[in-house]
Amino acid sequence: MRFGIAVFPGTWSDRDCRHAVELAGHETVMLWHKDRDLQDADCVILPGGFAYGDYLRAGAVARFAPLMESVTEFANAGGLVWGICNGFQILCEAHLLPGALTRNGSLQYRCAPTWLRVETVDTAFTSGCAAGDVLEIPVSHGEGRYVADEATLEMLERDQRVAFRYVRRDGSGVVEESPNGSMRDIAGIVNEARNVLGMMPHPERACEPLLGSSDGMRLFDSVAKSISGSGPMPVGAAW
Amino acid sequence: MTSVQLAGASDQDLAEVALTRAEYVHLVESLGREPNRLELGIVGALWSEHCSYKTSKPLLGTLPTKGPRVLQGPGENAGAVDIGDGLACVFKIESHNHPSAIEPYQGAATGVGGILRDIFTMGARPLALLDSLRFGPLDELHQRHLFDGVVAGIGGYGNCIGVPTVGGELYFDESYRTNCLVNAMCVGIVEQGRLTRATASGPGNLVLLVGADTGRDGIHGASFASVVLDAGSAARRPAVQVGNPFLEKCLMEACLELAGDPRVIAMQDLGAAGLCGSTAELAHRGGCGIEVDVSRASRRETGMTPYEVMLSESQERMLIVAKPSDVPSLQEVFERWDLHSDVVAVILAEERFVVRDGADHVCDLPLDVLVDGAPLRGAPGSRPHRAAPLDATNRRRRSWTSEEALLRLLGSPNLGSRAPVYRRYDQQVGDATVILPGGDAALVRVEGTSRGLGLATDGNSRYAALDARQGAMIAVCEAARNVVATGAKPAAVTNCLNFANPEHAVVWWDLHDAIEGVGDACRALDIPVVSGNVSLYNDTGGTGIDPTVVIGMVGVIDDVKGRCTAGFRDVGDSVALIGPVDSELGGSEYQRIADGVNAGPPPHLDIDLERRVHGFILEAIAAGLLHSAHDCAEGGIAIAIAESCLLGDIGARVTIDELEQGEGLINGEAGILFGESQSRFVISFAREALVRLHELAARHSVPFRGLGSVGGERFSVTGCIDVSLADVRRVHEGALIERE
Repeated sequence: MRFGIAVFPGTWSDRDCRHAVELAGHETVMLWHKDRDLQDADCVILPGGFAYGDYLRAGAVARFAPLMESVTEFANAGGLVWGICNGFQILCEAHLLPGALTRNGSLQYRCAPTWLRVETVDTAFTSGCAAGDVLEIPVSHGEGRYVADEATLEMLERDQRVAFRYVRRDGSGVVEESPNGSMRDIAGIVNEARNVLGMMPHPERACEPLLGSSDGMRLFDSVAKSISGSGPMPVGAAW
Repeated sequence: MTSVQLAGASDQDLAEVALTRAEYVHLVESLGREPNRLELGIVGALWSEHCSYKTSKPLLGTLPTKGPRVLQGPGENAGAVDIGDGLACVFKIESHNHPSAIEPYQGAATGVGGILRDIFTMGARPLALLDSLRFGPLDELHQRHLFDGVVAGIGGYGNCIGVPTVGGELYFDESYRTNCLVNAMCVGIVEQGRLTRATASGPGNLVLLVGADTGRDGIHGASFASVVLDAGSAARRPAVQVGNPFLEKCLMEACLELAGDPRVIAMQDLGAAGLCGSTAELAHRGGCGIEVDVSRASRRETGMTPYEVMLSESQERMLIVAKPSDVPSLQEVFERWDLHSDVVAVILAEERFVVRDGADHVCDLPLDVLVDGAPLRGAPGSRPHRAAPLDATNRRRRSWTSEEALLRLLGSPNLGSRAPVYRRYDQQVGDATVILPGGDAALVRVEGTSRGLGLATDGNSRYAALDARQGAMIAVCEAARNVVATGAKPAAVTNCLNFANPEHAVVWWDLHDAIEGVGDACRALDIPVVSGNVSLYNDTGGTGIDPTVVIGMVGVIDDVKGRCTAGFRDVGDSVALIGPVDSELGGSEYQRIADGVNAGPPPHLDIDLERRVHGFILEAIAAGLLHSAHDCAEGGIAIAIAESCLLGDIGARVTIDELEQGEGLINGEAGILFGESQSRFVISFAREALVRLHELAARHSVPFRGLGSVGGERFSVTGCIDVSLADVRRVHEGALIERE
């Protein structure tokens, strides 16, 4: 099992993602933004950080990186792509996911524990969870407010493409306690083919009880189980 | 020499470079000639207090800097200690007070950027940041502006570069109304074999300038930081640099790739006094000379003079010394990170500091005059007589009940929840933060080992204002106590000494006494000082800050799984106080809000008891006997217990026998509840541990006093306090929130 981890200049979750993946017992390979070779990765992670400084708009420059051409091809061929935080922002900018991530409602950066309700288990990333499970996974971002037009939001709900929603610890709605003011409290979504996930919270920071939570590990385990269970990639394969 | 020769510098020339007439005369005598304008500017920068430590150097020599763990003491970019497993912990604290007072966001941001560079210059990957902040009263609009700007700037830089901010402290006091303090500390880790020094060697070796292009920002920054602020200071905004954390991230990764690489002979970051300060220090440390060609430095703007290039404090720049044959391969590493690198200088055998602009020689100074030649400053006068601190014992106080006083203290800006600040900082990136902000000290684990580092900054200036020496000693003890509360044994100290204008005898003697106090406490507790920074001239229009000694403490715990936290844990646990029950209120936060004065004497300190208490707590934690340990600090016993309740989200019921004396109490109930006597911890533990803890306390000769038990949803002290935790939490969490 091999996870490819993208490294843009300004990426900082790359080392944490590598740590989490290795803790889960899998191989990692770092993917440099100037390269195009995905080095046979089974799943590509676009980690958190401030790619290219994010001075223009989070993810707006990164989407043009040479590596992103290969990631887009890989995603379109059904490969698993997992955008975390800045990675989610990049996926939206690259139009691999709908909607956009704007400045937090508080207009402040927010780093805090959050609780996510698993809204669909019909993805490679959440297959090891049960619908309604509440995962404790922290956020750390200044631009994490998910916005989309009403039609898109309705489509996401209808097709069960909302992967996670911010909730209280007990699973009830966050109301005014939302970390960023996301529409419909959306914390993560998948694409139509369900092979691309974008999420603002950082599962790689929640993989050990020593660090406060190991709920994030359930997502890494889900991905691993999905890949090993599915055999060769069904889409885009030669046969 | 083609530059303008000065036929004697005018008063205005000297004011511009912040040199006194006497210093100028000394310079001319040392050189045997008049300096030219560029030379004068270069000397002004390097002889500034900020670079030369001309006032503090004679005093700092008394600090204890040696110990079995010390790998690098003061003198390099940062200190380093051996933390086992072949690893070194590299750390330092530094001030960025003057820039932050003028432009809070960029001042604080570049303070963080500067301290990060000090750490990765030594080859160490930055693991954590901490910040000590001081502002004037928070209910004033301008103070809110400074506070918001500084917090945003710290977050803006640290969050973007991906180094967690795990701790620090924050005080509001009248004394900082016109001079806020921003002290930033960074802690990094490196394999000992990869520790990189900033000592140039090998005549003919080349010096690469890497990173940002050089612009006009920050010219005279070092001199600016070495004078008092005045009405014209806002016009010096151009002397404040602008940070680019993204560029620094790239520079950091490139430099860390090269840490320990044999091709890198030395690495030195550019900080105060820019290219001028960094090249001079690099050469001086190595006992060689250097020739800089300013025409080779990439510029951000056209028309810059050699003077501007040499003194620019553009951020995110680094010098690398290498053999000529290794330069191309090193440049490839930087190119991979899209970083410029220019060969700007060559190492000379002779100890000279030469600057060329292409073919023109524009500066030629003896290095020892430049780096070590500033005349040191002694006491500006004899020790002034100071009236004994006003004894405020039993003076009339507000008629608050103890319960009311408790809530007012918890809701005051100095004791309220810091969450509104630290939630704006990434506290977790790096997957290392085991104890998050909010308790006594942060605890970060060291990757690849079972160890952890306890990290804290501390320094109560109210005590130091009453007695600088005592205040400094308490700052060391308090920082150590914070670290000890996690189970980490204090290993070494970095300090930041923030003082007013040292040309005033009172200030100079306070500095003298404070340094003595730091030294005495560190010697008694056996903790060496390995790095530090002095910030003087925190004075505006004749109003200076109180003496502010900020101690950055690093402790080591061998097994991070055995850590202890400050919050109460289990229903039915026993609560006890380690240390004395007393009723002194001098310098306390209670005195601040109830009496509106700071009157002394400050709390008594028995340094030997302090040492024994640390020994007891560390042994009790290592033996797994404690469920919580919390340092008893500002606000005294009552606040410490309330904080342990809040952190653990569980109530407590305690009884303090002395309170039953009623009328006969010195300072009333408040003295017992809110007095800030030193060397104390509030601990909690399972009842079964009581016998062993008693034995342990007896063995360490520390007072052990059972107080009560953990449980319920209220905090009560028999006879005087009974409040719901929800009420306590509401006032505590609201303390820093802006009221509309």
